[in-house]
Amino acid sequence: MSTLLLAEQVLNGLQLGIMLFLMAAGLTLVFGVMGLINLAHGSLYMIGAFAAAAVAGATGSFLLALMAALAAAAAAGALVEMLVIRRLYDRDHLDQVLATFALILIFSEGTRWVFGSFPLYLNIPDYLAGPITLPGGIQYPLYRLTLIGIGLVIALGLFLLISRTRLGIQIRAGENDREMIAALGVDISKLYTIVFALGAALAGLAGALVGAIQSVQVGMGEPVLILAFVVIVIGGIGSIKGALVGAILVGLTDTLGGLLLPALFAQFMEASAAQGMGSALASMLIYILMAVVLVVRPTGLYGARA
Amino acid sequence: MNREGMLNAAVLLGLISVPLWAWAADEPFIITLTTKAAVLALAGVGLNIALGLGGLVSLGHAAFFGIGGYAMGILASHAQTFDPIMEAPFLIEGTKSMPVIWLVAVIASGLAALAIGALSLRTSGVYFIMITLAFGQMLYFFAISWPAYGGEDGLSIYVRNGFPGLNTLDPIQFYGIVFAILLAVLFLTARLARSPFGLALNAARQSAVRVETVGLSPYRLRLMAFVISGMITGLAGALFADLNRFVSPTMFSWQTSGEIMIFVILGGVARLFGPVVGAVLFILLEHLLGGLSDFWHIYLGLLLLLIVLFARGGVIGLLAGRGVAHD
Amino acid sequence: MTNLVLQTVGISKSFGAIKASRDITLDLRPGEIHALIGPNGAGKSTLIAQIAGGLAPDKGKVLLDGEDVTGLSTAARARRGLGRTFQISALAMEDTVLQNAALGALGARGGPFGMFRPALSDPTLRDVAESALERVGLADHAATRTAELSHGQRRQLEVAVALTLSPKAFVMDEPMAGLGGEGSKAMTGFLDGLRSEAPILLVEHDMDAVFALADRISVLVYGEVIATGSVDEVRANAKVREAYLGEEV
Repeated sequence: MSTLLLAEQVLNGLQLGIMLFLMAAGLTLVFGVMGLINLAHGSLYMIGAFAAAAVAGATGSFLLALMAALAAAAAAGALVEMLVIRRLYDRDHLDQVLATFALILIFSEGTRWVFGSFPLYLNIPDYLAGPITLPGGIQYPLYRLTLIGIGLVIALGLFLLISRTRLGIQIRAGENDREMIAALGVDISKLYTIVFALGAALAGLAGALVGAIQSVQVGMGEPVLILAFVVIVIGGIGSIKGALVGAILVGLTDTLGGLLLPALFAQFMEASAAQGMGSALASMLIYILMAVVLVVRPTGLYGARA
Repeated sequence: MNREGMLNAAVLLGLISVPLWAWAADEPFIITLTTKAAVLALAGVGLNIALGLGGLVSLGHAAFFGIGGYAMGILASHAQTFDPIMEAPFLIEGTKSMPVIWLVAVIASGLAALAIGALSLRTSGVYFIMITLAFGQMLYFFAISWPAYGGEDGLSIYVRNGFPGLNTLDPIQFYGIVFAILLAVLFLTARLARSPFGLALNAARQSAVRVETVGLSPYRLRLMAFVISGMITGLAGALFADLNRFVSPTMFSWQTSGEIMIFVILGGVARLFGPVVGAVLFILLEHLLGGLSDFWHIYLGLLLLLIVLFARGGVIGLLAGRGVAHD
Repeated sequence: MTNLVLQTVGISKSFGAIKASRDITLDLRPGEIHALIGPNGAGKSTLIAQIAGGLAPDKGKVLLDGEDVTGLSTAARARRGLGRTFQISALAMEDTVLQNAALGALGARGGPFGMFRPALSDPTLRDVAESALERVGLADHAATRTAELSHGQRRQLEVAVALTLSPKAFVMDEPMAGLGGEGSKAMTGFLDGLRSEAPILLVEHDMDAVFALADRISVLVYGEVIATGSVDEVRANAKVREAYLGEEV
């Protein structure tokens, strides 16, 4: 196996991790501030992808498509928050799980109704298509590199938002003490809607960005949602830093496991058995990582609370 | 008999009379539909022990459902090709015998529940939900990427497995088996809820610190409940596989976990017959709404949303009023 | 030293900058009621949690019947003979009063659990539970749902559950709260007799009850025991007067 291939896979892992971070950040914020577990976060990812595909199809502009993804997901998020989610803050987790599961059914079937069952395709714009050569002679798709860049910028933006801005102060206060910020005169229900819409927008953006390298279809959100859960369990609920570290760990583990495990098994097995066994085990690797973290630190790497 | 008791009796009567009527009227499809409802009800009864009695919101019960299904699939596929599962160090052959398959399904899903539960129960609340969901997904991806037993395509079993003295290919006889198992498990669950174990588990759900203060370990109680719960759902998985003569990774999917949970909620959490009512209702809705619209999941979603937001206690709660099934 | 039933040796606990327990050394002798008093926020609940389990001290040891139980869980301490009642009721609210008491009896019995026979038709559980309810005066409420009890009755049930454990030592956090005049009097009389079965470490705000019952009193202020002694000694103690009455020394 060449170093070049390994380097490429490391970048792929990084790219997967960064996209997972966009999902996990919204989930962990919503949980940290409102104490809500939202299974329908994957639907917002899907809505972003579909909005982007529809707008890109109509206008041909990728930038407009991304804006549409952000706007559609944020709007859907705000709407759902006002209609359904805010009735769930005081409920137990079981009710939250069920209601947001119901939302998945509604969003998925609704999307299928509007767009049909066939996948849509969102093309990478010409100016981002094709590979570029990185130092060391690595050929890597420019688009994927751009994803990593966008993700890192957003991560930085989130840290600044939370540590430096008025909204960030309110979010951090909300994580610690709901009554306190209400007493300070912050409009709680507006804050919650904003946080939820912000998380939704991040999910929608991730959906649109990933939609250009995969197909855009109903049900695309949930596998990513579950990976984002793994990320949060590893990183610790409520921690943006944990979400970033967890996401990159999961991205790298998943990508490199798929490459390295079959190769490892091929050392002492015949090739096809090694490929089968290796890829089956590789598919379990991130969950094993999660289990190990759980044994060592039940509240995750950066989680303080259970 | 209180209203919940009467409702339960009515449900049982329906589960007996509808298939018998369908048998007399030569409507095998209705019998199959009822069988499906009974099998799914059994999966829900399993989950209800963890969820209703133990308060453990497991979104990963598809893991056990799938393991039960694959226990059947693997054993029966080896039997139909006369290819032993392993020869060394000792010979293990496939089988087409239902009782043996059930036993394997129950043991295998119980062991899986022990491992998953031991890890997941170190946490609680949202972590527990996310972790059980993740472990379910782990097995889903494993089933997809493991080529030996069909991978993504699943496994077909051409002839339904056998049960001594019965013709399992006859829908009403197969239904009889499933119904008998459902009844037996319901009876055992009712006993369990009132037993010392049920008392302690129930208390651990309401106040873990109370249980610790009398010297008991909530962790052990919950783990035990999780294992029993997984075993029953695993048995349901084996029966489901037998009903369809087919297993596929879909049995492991998160949607399956969600649907099993829907049975419990539609009917009513912690009610003995909650999952039965829920599963019957689910099959009815699927059949009726599915006939009206291809997008019947929208209506299911809306209904579920309305029940969660406005009718806590599920259908039994609506019809029979407050109060819990165990006292 | 072996005749000390319960003992804390130099317990300290901090939460960040707040020192909730400072080098606390206390003991509970056979047959006595040792009352722990102090203003709100003095660290009584923190201390109780370290004695009964659930909170690990930063420093120091907890000994139960001479055995170091500092590293043991709440459940393990209960099995070794610590009967605790809570200030804020920790009961199975949906269950009946009898079920709550039977849970105590089940904990005291340990195994075998049994998954088939109904718990309440097991005489070894039911008899213990019923006699404990009888003793605290809740026999008439055996079939009542716990959530329907008054706050005072919940305290009584807390005590009844602790009784089912037949512990070596009781640790009671405000058993009189919410009882009202009559109930308070009855509970005072009951605890008075209970001390001969097992000594009681009693946290209580009701000073009439404390002065009527306590063999010894320890006063906790800002996480520190400022005085331990008989009722009269504590009443006369200058530091206590300062802490409670704001008198200059």
